[in-house]
Amino acid sequence: MRFLLIEDNMSLAKATIDRLSLDGHVVDHAECLADANGFVSTTEYDLILLDIMLPDGDGRSFLKSHRSALESTPVIATTARSEVSDRVGILDLGADDYITKPFDFAELEARCRAVLRRRGGNASNIISLGDVRFDSLSGTLEIGQDTIHLRNRELRLFEVFASAPDQIFSKSKLLDRLFSYDEGATENAIEVYVGRLRRHLKGSRAEIVTDRGLGYRLSIK
Amino acid sequence: MSAEVHSRGSIRRRLMVQLLLGAAVLAIALFFIVQSLARQLAEESQDNILAAAVSAILDTTSVRDGEIQLDLPYSAFSMLSNISNDRVFYAVRFGDDFVTGYSDLPVVTKDDSFGPWFDTTTYQDDEVRIVTAQRRLASGETPLAVEVTLAQTRDGQRDQLMWISQSAAALGTGFFVSVAVLALLAARSSISPILRLTQSVSRRGPKDLRPVAAPVPHEMVPLVAALNSFMDRLKNSLTRSEEFIADAAHRVRTPLATVRTQAEITYRRVEKDENRASIREMIRAIDESSRAAGQMLDHAMVTFRTDHLEQQAIDLNALAAEMIDRLHPMAELREIELVLEQQGAASTIGDTILLQSALRNILDNAIKYSPADSVITLIVSQDAGMAHLTTSDRGIGLPIDDAERLKSRFARGANVEGVIGSGLGLTIADEVARAHGGYLTIANNSKGPGACVTLSFPLQ
Ligand SMILES: Nc1ncnc2c1ncn2[C@@H]1O[C@H](COP(=O)(O)OP(=O)(O)OP(=O)(O)O)[C@@H](O)[C@H]1O
Ligand SMILES: [Mg+2]
Repeated sequence: MRFLLIEDNMSLAKATIDRLSLDGHVVDHAECLADANGFVSTTEYDLILLDIMLPDGDGRSFLKSHRSALESTPVIATTARSEVSDRVGILDLGADDYITKPFDFAELEARCRAVLRRRGGNASNIISLGDVRFDSLSGTLEIGQDTIHLRNRELRLFEVFASAPDQIFSKSKLLDRLFSYDEGATENAIEVYVGRLRRHLKGSRAEIVTDRGLGYRLSIK
Repeated sequence: MSAEVHSRGSIRRRLMVQLLLGAAVLAIALFFIVQSLARQLAEESQDNILAAAVSAILDTTSVRDGEIQLDLPYSAFSMLSNISNDRVFYAVRFGDDFVTGYSDLPVVTKDDSFGPWFDTTTYQDDEVRIVTAQRRLASGETPLAVEVTLAQTRDGQRDQLMWISQSAAALGTGFFVSVAVLALLAARSSISPILRLTQSVSRRGPKDLRPVAAPVPHEMVPLVAALNSFMDRLKNSLTRSEEFIADAAHRVRTPLATVRTQAEITYRRVEKDENRASIREMIRAIDESSRAAGQMLDHAMVTFRTDHLEQQAIDLNALAAEMIDRLHPMAELREIELVLEQQGAASTIGDTILLQSALRNILDNAIKYSPADSVITLIVSQDAGMAHLTTSDRGIGLPIDDAERLKSRFARGANVEGVIGSGLGLTIADEVARAHGGYLTIANNSKGPGACVTLSFPLQ
């Protein structure tokens, strides 16, 4: 996905960009509203992360002036404070959600996902894998006439496989993607979720294959 | 937060005392002035009458054949008895001889003037006003002086004076009473701008630090100016502390976010298990610090805001719905379902930000200490004048023997294992509830596993 990050704090911006890139997203960074205006007028983004306090103005004015342009792009406002008064203004002006800085990336990811699902967004999020059509926004698998709704972790796991078919992912790597560091989940948990995905994919040409001692991969027959 | 105010004296009382003292002095002075004027007038009129009478008697005297002729005129005595029923004494002497009257009636000591001479003395056990006048009559070669002394008792005058004194006393008292009433009114009206100012300041909400705009008498302008500048400074310092709290959290956590990202990137690159384990420890420690910084500063914010609590009407159903909405993505990460159960209207008075913080913390606990793929219910209810926000989860439950201890700072249960936390969540919730006149109840579900935590607030 393509993100626009509007943030003037360089170290926070760098951390955010690094973190989002880690999950395979593309991030453009604007340090001020002037830059942001340039980016928005030339590129279409899947999601915008907008700092409310910027050196050359209030993020709210950006929301106001780009309301029509941003019709199809969800915006998550980032605020330094958890003030209600701020928030009310932000949501009224058309931001889809807000998050208090500096955020927990799990929270950011969860909010992005929720907002994208709610708003639809620009991205064509449908990936075809053999006879399986995977919509990562709505979290559905379409196999023939059947539509299967994936639950949160099933979805996140399948996203990992779908992003790189035939690539082998070790159990421990998958564990990192699915569970937070303090959840104390074991590799057995991965087996459980892989088992569930296999059940969903049964009867399709897509299959999750075990490579003994190495991990799992998605293969299309 | 009402600090004790030392009061010494009262402006109204001081004003009253001063006005009343002044009035009393004036009233007493009035009394004595009226009394002495009256006495003077009465004495003067008696003296005039006595003088007239004595000269009338003198006028009737003549000398024939060396003998004094005298015809006491009736008019002279009727003049005297006009005043009252006072007794009258007289004595007539010719030369050195006593002629007629009361021989023992004393004679006024004469000075160099022509007279008549007056004196006040005692005669026959009564106080008398006494007058002596002389007239020279030709008798033989040498003129001889005929001397008439007239005395009158002063009972009538004393009665009159008594009456006048009583009137003067009544006048003084009346004067005093009316001045007292006026003083009371004056004290009240001069104190009323102060009372109005007090009311307008004390009616304000704790966050209302606007300067006093209503006009005040110009004697109070310095006070109000000082008050306004004080409120201005207070506002600045409140804003600064609030900004400081928010800013501090930001300052501490931003570099942690950077470090965490770097650690995570490294973690994904590293293959060796022991390296991965140590980086995981690192990330954990970072998360723990970040959480602790956030919670500590949240706690500071709570302490700060409870010091001057806002008083807004808060609809707890709306608050709960909003919070569920907000936490939904977080719960979803662990496939936890949040269910809101609203059992009728419930609202309270207080600070929205604080209530949100309290509710967020107990819901956050429910999510943290619940297994994946479970249900958490938030119930909004009311009974007996209290509104309740109850979270009920199917998680690990509270260590039952020391549940109350968990409300204290940095206290964590023995059952939390690896879950990251700082032990301030319940402290925050408890302090918010108590600041609003409510309480926090923590218990385990009566049926089934999991904890049941309730925030209670007085109903609006
Ligand atoms: N819903 C719950 N289920 C089980 N245990 C709970 C629950 N809520 C609280 N506890 C226990 O109470 C302790 C104190 O909770 P508290 O929220 O104050 O701290 P914390 O969650 O450990 O840290 P944090 O300040 O980060 O929230 C927890 O450590 C946990 O043992
Ligand atoms: Mg907690």
